[in-house]
Amino acid sequence: MTELFPGVDGIYSTYLEVPSTSKVDDPGTLHMWHLLDNEDELLARGIEPIGTLVCVHGNPTWSYLWRSLLNHVSANALPWRVVAVDQLDMGFSARTGKFRRLADRVNDLGDLIDSLGLSGKVTTVGHDWGGVISLGWATSHQDQLANVILTNTAIHPAGFELPAALKLASHPAVHGWGTKTTSAFLQVTHSLAQPALDPEVRKAFMAPYTSAAKREGVANFVADIPFAEDHPSRSTLNEIAQAVRTLTVPTLMLWGPKDPVFSDRYLRDLMGRLPHAQVHRFEGASHLVGEDKDIATPMFDWLSSNQNSTNSSRADSLVDYRPMLSELDSRTADHSVAVVDINPPRSLSWSELGQRVNALAAGLQEIGVKAGDRVNLLVPPGIELTTLIYACLRLGAVIVVADAGLGTKGLGRAIKGAGPSYLIGIDRALTGARLFNWPGTKISVETLPAAKRKLLGVEHSLSELFDVGNKLAPQASNFEPAEPDADAAVLFTSGSTGPAKGVVYTHRQLGAMRDTLRETYNLKAGSALVAGFAPFALLGPALGATSVTPDMDVTAPRTLTASALADAAVAVDATTVFASPAALANVLDTKNSLDATHRKTLANVSVMLSAGAPIPEPLLAKVQELVPNAQVHTPYGMTEALPVTDIDLAGIREAGQGNGVCVGTAVAGAKVAIAPIDSMGIAGDQPQYTPHVTGEILVRAPHVKDRYDRLWITEQVSISIPGWHRTGDVGHLDDDGRLWVEGRLGHVLSTAKGAMTPVAAEHAVESVSGAGRAALVGVGPAGTQAAVVVMETIPPARKAGPASNELSQKVRSAVAETGVDVAAVLIVSSLPTDIRHNSKIDRAALATWATATLAGGRVRKP
Amino acid sequence: MSTGVNNAEPRRILVTGASGMLGGAVAELLRGKGHHVRTFQRGASSQATDEIRGSLTDKDVVATAVQSMDAVIHLAAKVSFTGHWNEFVATNIDGTANLLAAAKSAGIKDFVFVSSPSVAHFGDSLTGASAGIANPNLARGNYARSKAAAELSALAEDSPEFRVAAIRPHVVWGPGDTQLVERVVDRAKSGRLPLLDSGVALIDTTYIDNAASAIVRGLERMDYAHGRALVVTNGEPRPVGELIAGICKAGGAPAPKLNVPGWLARGAGSVIEKVWLAAGSRNLVHDEPPMTRFLAEQLSTAHWFDQRETHEVLDWKPTVSIDAGLAKLAAHYGQL
Repeated sequence: MTELFPGVDGIYSTYLEVPSTSKVDDPGTLHMWHLLDNEDELLARGIEPIGTLVCVHGNPTWSYLWRSLLNHVSANALPWRVVAVDQLDMGFSARTGKFRRLADRVNDLGDLIDSLGLSGKVTTVGHDWGGVISLGWATSHQDQLANVILTNTAIHPAGFELPAALKLASHPAVHGWGTKTTSAFLQVTHSLAQPALDPEVRKAFMAPYTSAAKREGVANFVADIPFAEDHPSRSTLNEIAQAVRTLTVPTLMLWGPKDPVFSDRYLRDLMGRLPHAQVHRFEGASHLVGEDKDIATPMFDWLSSNQNSTNSSRADSLVDYRPMLSELDSRTADHSVAVVDINPPRSLSWSELGQRVNALAAGLQEIGVKAGDRVNLLVPPGIELTTLIYACLRLGAVIVVADAGLGTKGLGRAIKGAGPSYLIGIDRALTGARLFNWPGTKISVETLPAAKRKLLGVEHSLSELFDVGNKLAPQASNFEPAEPDADAAVLFTSGSTGPAKGVVYTHRQLGAMRDTLRETYNLKAGSALVAGFAPFALLGPALGATSVTPDMDVTAPRTLTASALADAAVAVDATTVFASPAALANVLDTKNSLDATHRKTLANVSVMLSAGAPIPEPLLAKVQELVPNAQVHTPYGMTEALPVTDIDLAGIREAGQGNGVCVGTAVAGAKVAIAPIDSMGIAGDQPQYTPHVTGEILVRAPHVKDRYDRLWITEQVSISIPGWHRTGDVGHLDDDGRLWVEGRLGHVLSTAKGAMTPVAAEHAVESVSGAGRAALVGVGPAGTQAAVVVMETIPPARKAGPASNELSQKVRSAVAETGVDVAAVLIVSSLPTDIRHNSKIDRAALATWATATLAGGRVRKP
Repeated sequence: MSTGVNNAEPRRILVTGASGMLGGAVAELLRGKGHHVRTFQRGASSQATDEIRGSLTDKDVVATAVQSMDAVIHLAAKVSFTGHWNEFVATNIDGTANLLAAAKSAGIKDFVFVSSPSVAHFGDSLTGASAGIANPNLARGNYARSKAAAELSALAEDSPEFRVAAIRPHVVWGPGDTQLVERVVDRAKSGRLPLLDSGVALIDTTYIDNAASAIVRGLERMDYAHGRALVVTNGEPRPVGELIAGICKAGGAPAPKLNVPGWLARGAGSVIEKVWLAAGSRNLVHDEPPMTRFLAEQLSTAHWFDQRETHEVLDWKPTVSIDAGLAKLAAHYGQL
């Protein structure tokens, strides 16, 4: 076996003479095609293929682009034939001397496929303009078609502008020079890879295009982009774009969203035409997505899952489905307070809230918002956001709620990923939208001056929508009820473990979340809750509870003061308080500002809930002093399942110390199981309930997410145990069925002594006098990692570095009692935490930092 | 686990380099297990009953030394951070070749070559590294290069009739250690011991008793160990600064305070090394230089190892922890 090019074995390279039936050629013309084809290898191994992938590259690449598919099939002995073609005038196929237009190229591909003499069906795989050509063949040969796979491409929909970069490439002044005379177009394309291509790979991509004559096809390809209505290829393109809607075969789209040419908007367009497609966006990947990421593994996993369809069972709901709006709709005559804002002060009764929701829904409907449309809400918690949420739910529009806690970059990624049709935002959010080119028709919350409105590209304001809606005086009965199993909301994970992931909930699942909260915390009509934790705050009106938003900067939970919290409690005579651990820490720090009224009101609180991250007993005990008559609860959950378990202060005290954080028992309707991990820290796929066995925590509940949004691969991992959601957390059950969380699966140390979870060791460190928070991370290769403690001290150290010998010794002997041998103890002034909760320590970042620090060299800040 | 237990028939074993700390410990351990030990070194060994004195470069003496022996444990070597290449070749490469040839022709069954992990270090940091293959071209410094060549030639001789294993203890220390402990303590006492980059590089070391027992296990487990190179450590990687401070404390010296960036020390090390060599050749100095490029690399980059294969092949685990070892060292220096 010899490598022809880096990563391409010589046995795959083959030439085939194909008679042309394309209009551009004279009858009887033969063309020599170059292919990468694994047919010989399959024959030699005696493997009968179950189908053929025909892979079509774009411009200016060649079949080399698909080498990972051939190698994956070979390495795993899969029963798939892979034929990656070099299009005519491209790669190592013939230079035909003709200007081949889109229609010719689609026909050329058909000629080639006919000559292959295939027995089974064809799966088309396309990239760039190869995507269009492959779809051209696919739509006109549906009887031969098994599946469609697309990577960064565009079907050039009517009304969409050509990407600016392509426009430039096709401009007469640039075109000949950029594409043919020089290799600029090739070089720019290759430079899009993230991370950069290996020089040898770059050379291989350039190999067929070393002279201007060989680049004729590259130039013609660009010249054939039908950017104008009267372009000769425009009608062919329009026909294909229409015909795509008729495709019913399984479809997979693997996308690099950083592509400056075939950006998310083209993905969204294709998803509109192929609504059944499964989609995975590789955050961070660009145009050459197959160079940036492993696309072969998910592609063939997907193909094999298509062959034998699986049906995942979901847990049954506790109770029958009740729409999120049913509580609101039953209170049209209720003039008691429903929602309260503290700053600026404002309140609405149930009757008023119901009217405003309906009016806004009607207003949105008037401007074209319909069921299934995604509406991004960049509005801080409060009455306005509540109204918007229920108005969207009323219409069946899908709310996309990304909070500013993700940071501007994370927020932008999240919004672009979700691809909303509408973006409703406050002034600041609209500025960001304009600046970073976030998608969606813009609607302003405030009424903006004309100039600013124009500048920000705002098309509507909420007050206009309310005016329009109020005139229509709509009733609940005017609206078609949303389908229970249609999408209702896209929420986002915190991004503490990589880019934030979109999580889709249906109306039924949102309803189940509401019902679970109601059951677990005894919330009912007449309850009054302080909504200091965003996701639950949205549920007040659905629960029939009066809700108040305290005066705080929602992007920074630690800004919530004790008096702000108490003011909010006073405003509604609160029975229930929801807050995050970071917010509670600041509340405790500022509790001296509380006056007698505050304290009296807080004494009436019956349930105090701290959600977002596990909260230690000492902190919770202090919280109890603040709300002396309340049951202090701390649930465990995640954006994908809110909540999973619950425990109160008494329960925590009863559970005592153990390996991890005791988070109690499963909430109403939820089940928890464990998938044990092996010595390398890899979780298995058998749910079990045996006490004291550590593994990945699995959840099954009616309020578990429907799916991850446009993350097909991530979704497959999370549902790989049918009926369960894999949380990515590790922990164990105890003899009383309580769940103990020991950290993240990715934080498990794989030492020579076996897999170890960090939480118990971290608690041991924190028990040493002078110690602040601590994280235990693994340094070195899996199977023989060294355990390293990274810790804060009290008072904080001025700079990062090794701990003193005395402290190292104390920490080492404290941790030894948990069975962990500590190699090194490092001090930092402050542990990095995720922005959203300010409570989850970023152990992945710390492990990277500790590895670099302990490798020697200057000590930097983590 | 069978260290310290005599689980085999008494054998006749030649130990070379027995005047050194490690060689002496190996010989003593073997005797304790009831073996007959002959030692071979240039000077007198303190514990000798059956000893041959001489140089490995002398083929006749070497031939005498291996006579009527069953096995050889070869520790003798020129160990130094500096020195001229031909001195290393003579002792480490040619001397080993002489011993191998003599042992083979004398019908000796088993040969343990005591090596160093530095034969497979090429200056990069090593984190949880496997032993790796010795490479005389890439190893750093004359000692490591010559040991690499010698290890390759020793392992090349491995066959069912003449079984060879290489055991590579990493940074051996303990009471009576002149290589590391005394230098560290002496220099710390005179304030000449810098720490590189705050001393954060994670390094493996081996307490003397563990190194000796692992070498003996290499012989006992020759069925499994032959043909292999096994790194031996305490399996307790520590930041280098913490180790050195621990050794200083045990030796009654103050912990080093002077902090020198690693890049500066590596550069300065090269210069000092050259000056020292030149001075040494004119008999101006007799000590090792305070810093060499090799030493600077050792002290400023991580080097710790995956011990799983070693533990499995030798069916051995270290029995003296670093903390216990430091306590023994302190007792030795009267610091308890």
